[in-house]
Amino acid sequence: MDTLLHVIVSLISLMVALAYGLTTGGVVRKIMARIQGRIGPPVYQPFIDLGKVLFLRTGTHHGVMFILGPVFRLAGAAGFYLLIPVIVGVPFLEGFHFSGDLLLVMYFMFFGSLGMALGAADGGHPHSPIGVGRGLAQMTAYELPFGLAVVAIVASSGSFSVFEIVEHQRAAMLTKGVLGWNLFQLPFASIAAFLALLGMNMYPPFNIVGAPTEIPVGPATEYNTAFQSLQMSGRAIFAIAKVVLFMNLFLGGAHSILEAFIKTFFIYMWSIFVGAVFPRFRPEQSIRFFLGWPTAAGVLAVALILWR
Amino acid sequence: MRDELPVLHGVPPIPEGSQPHARCQDECFLGEKPEPLKYREAIQRIKNWFRANSLHVLAYGTGCGSIELRPLGTARFDMERFGISTRPTPRHANVLIISGYLSIKTLKRVIRSYEQMPSPKWVVGLGSCTINGGMYWDSYATMKQLDLYLPVDMYISGCMPRPEALIEGFAALMDKIKKGEANGYLDYLERLDWYRENQKKIIHDWDLPDYSW
Repeated sequence: MDTLLHVIVSLISLMVALAYGLTTGGVVRKIMARIQGRIGPPVYQPFIDLGKVLFLRTGTHHGVMFILGPVFRLAGAAGFYLLIPVIVGVPFLEGFHFSGDLLLVMYFMFFGSLGMALGAADGGHPHSPIGVGRGLAQMTAYELPFGLAVVAIVASSGSFSVFEIVEHQRAAMLTKGVLGWNLFQLPFASIAAFLALLGMNMYPPFNIVGAPTEIPVGPATEYNTAFQSLQMSGRAIFAIAKVVLFMNLFLGGAHSILEAFIKTFFIYMWSIFVGAVFPRFRPEQSIRFFLGWPTAAGVLAVALILWR
Repeated sequence: MRDELPVLHGVPPIPEGSQPHARCQDECFLGEKPEPLKYREAIQRIKNWFRANSLHVLAYGTGCGSIELRPLGTARFDMERFGISTRPTPRHANVLIISGYLSIKTLKRVIRSYEQMPSPKWVVGLGSCTINGGMYWDSYATMKQLDLYLPVDMYISGCMPRPEALIEGFAALMDKIKKGEANGYLDYLERLDWYRENQKKIIHDWDLPDYSW
């Protein structure tokens, strides 16, 4: 009975994440428009776009992997979201966590992109492999500082479980208050990971995969109709899952829905405001950036943990 | 070349023996068409509302009219507030704007792009060049009447129409879509042979496939 209830609550939670992700996407478009002095689309515009492509079917066929690509992306995003605790202390919203789930979560973060890479290659459009190549190169580059930050966190909390990392921060918060968050306890790991987050979110200056005017939408060039709806929903859930993971790792998790909304919103907006003021990097500049200061911060974070 | 083409008024008849909806991508029913049911109509209305409020324009300009399209994205006119945005690939787009004169060379590319767009899709003819040739009425290199080659859902007249006129045209197109009257894409599928015949009359080095899926 408990398992059934857990599954039902998780599915509802997934739907809420989808709605929240789409709404945040609308808010982002609105903010970008206001920065550029425009009125901008309504906040619910992503829902309309999703509804439109959901009703469409296609007659074109590019092979099985082409169809499975967006499915992998959505499945990767959903698996990622369901593994991590969303709200700590609320039954069934703590995710399907187990010891060592952080490693699986890190794998899931790249699973969707790998699926899309295989699927996009089947589309046959020259822009797709260019986008995939750029994406995988950038992914490898930002995984290094993010991995070093995760090593620092794991070493300091003594656990590979996201849930226990949150518990470790909660214990520190009893004496130190907000300063018990990993954001303040491990400042160099935070710098490395939050700079890596800019790359993960693919907003400027790191939007080299779907670079407008260069390779206009990159891997998604041949994906139309209902495939596009899978991609859009996968992207929305993935964006939320990422900020929830960062909330758990660095901001002490959340103990109520309101707290979760506020914390995730601010983490999300970090890459938006950076993106609003910077132009796009070239691929080699982006990769050099991640292998530079963020990696240095990550190495320093691990060194400080060892020295302690 | 102008004299070769008959200027047609009204809708030409559907040629005998052509299969209706045979190449249809959306709501395909070969053979007998089922009676429209009440709930089907309601669903259709909802679909049309979604489609009208999410127009994705293929970012593609053919003539001088495309210079009037650019300001639509800027702060002064801002078409994104109506849910209209541009898409760089025909696979993601559902509105094709023929912005001004269309040379016969470009027509080939336009036909391919149009056929690659997923249905339902709409064509907007911008400027007098698409209606009667405009100032290129005696040119050997441009087509003179767009609806002989592609099913046009909305004409916006002028030389060139200002961005305000374009927004007005988009609003009219959205109204038409909501009412379910913008069915040019179905017309193209039903009378593909007729359109092909017209296209081949002016494209002499025809090397396109039967249909660009």
